[in-house]
Amino acid sequence: MTAPVVTVTGGPDERPVIAPPRTRRQRPARGRSRSNFEMYAWIFMRMSGLLLLVLVLGHLLIMNILDGGVQRVNFAFVAGRWASPFWRTWDLATLWLAELHGTNGLRVIINDYAERDGTRFWLKMLLYTSTFFVLLLGTLVIFTFDPNLS
Amino acid sequence: MPKAPAGTLYRGREGMWSWVAHRVTGVLIFFFLFAHVLDTALVRVSADSYDRVIDTYKTPLVNVMELGLVGAVLFHALNGLRVMAIDFWDKGARFQRQMTWAIVAVFIVVMVPGAYFMLKHTVEAIFGSAS
Repeated sequence: MTAPVVTVTGGPDERPVIAPPRTRRQRPARGRSRSNFEMYAWIFMRMSGLLLLVLVLGHLLIMNILDGGVQRVNFAFVAGRWASPFWRTWDLATLWLAELHGTNGLRVIINDYAERDGTRFWLKMLLYTSTFFVLLLGTLVIFTFDPNLS
Repeated sequence: MPKAPAGTLYRGREGMWSWVAHRVTGVLIFFFLFAHVLDTALVRVSADSYDRVIDTYKTPLVNVMELGLVGAVLFHALNGLRVMAIDFWDKGARFQRQMTWAIVAVFIVVMVPGAYFMLKHTVEAIFGSAS
């Protein structure tokens, strides 16, 4: 891989040189992955954010504002909503997108503020453990919901 | 030597504070989601245990906290749109400051009726019904 020349320093020929187009940006020397994970994470934050705008604001409108809001929510109300595959799909999509969006957000925040390698590693392990647990539990609850449970 | 950044157009102003608020609201929402999946999971334990935990959401103190949660989600959603406009709209960065004030305006317009409907029951429970 050829590194783009940025400047020619020293001597009478010193001048700025614009890097030729379509060369890859030079990667930092070490400790960086060769994958495009960060770019996909960046795109995912925007795409999931757009979907969550509808999913979460819709959820809040129905559960907290319309028709008495949270005062009317109870087991029977949930059973009525989850009788419909539409609302189960809505809630499952909200769960997965919100949890992954939030996990990536916290991953970025941990990377920003936890300076020691060990601290960063363990905070992220804790984060990913909670993500796995929340997704597993939430998905099981939506798929195995029993309206006749006493 | 690269030139020093000119001025503080971003730092300490609307751009920085909306970034701070985006992080703070995002973390708050993430921790609430954790609690919310746990409380909803009680529908697999028993109808009674679910109803009892949902009853705490109906108390005045938690009701006001819910309003804060809705406000945090609404700000995060609106500012997310602003971030996407900065990323994808060619004039986005130039109008980021105006967009911050635009989302503040939309936030107020949505939250005033939202707060009315969310707090109606709590206010009536404490101060008595108006009718």
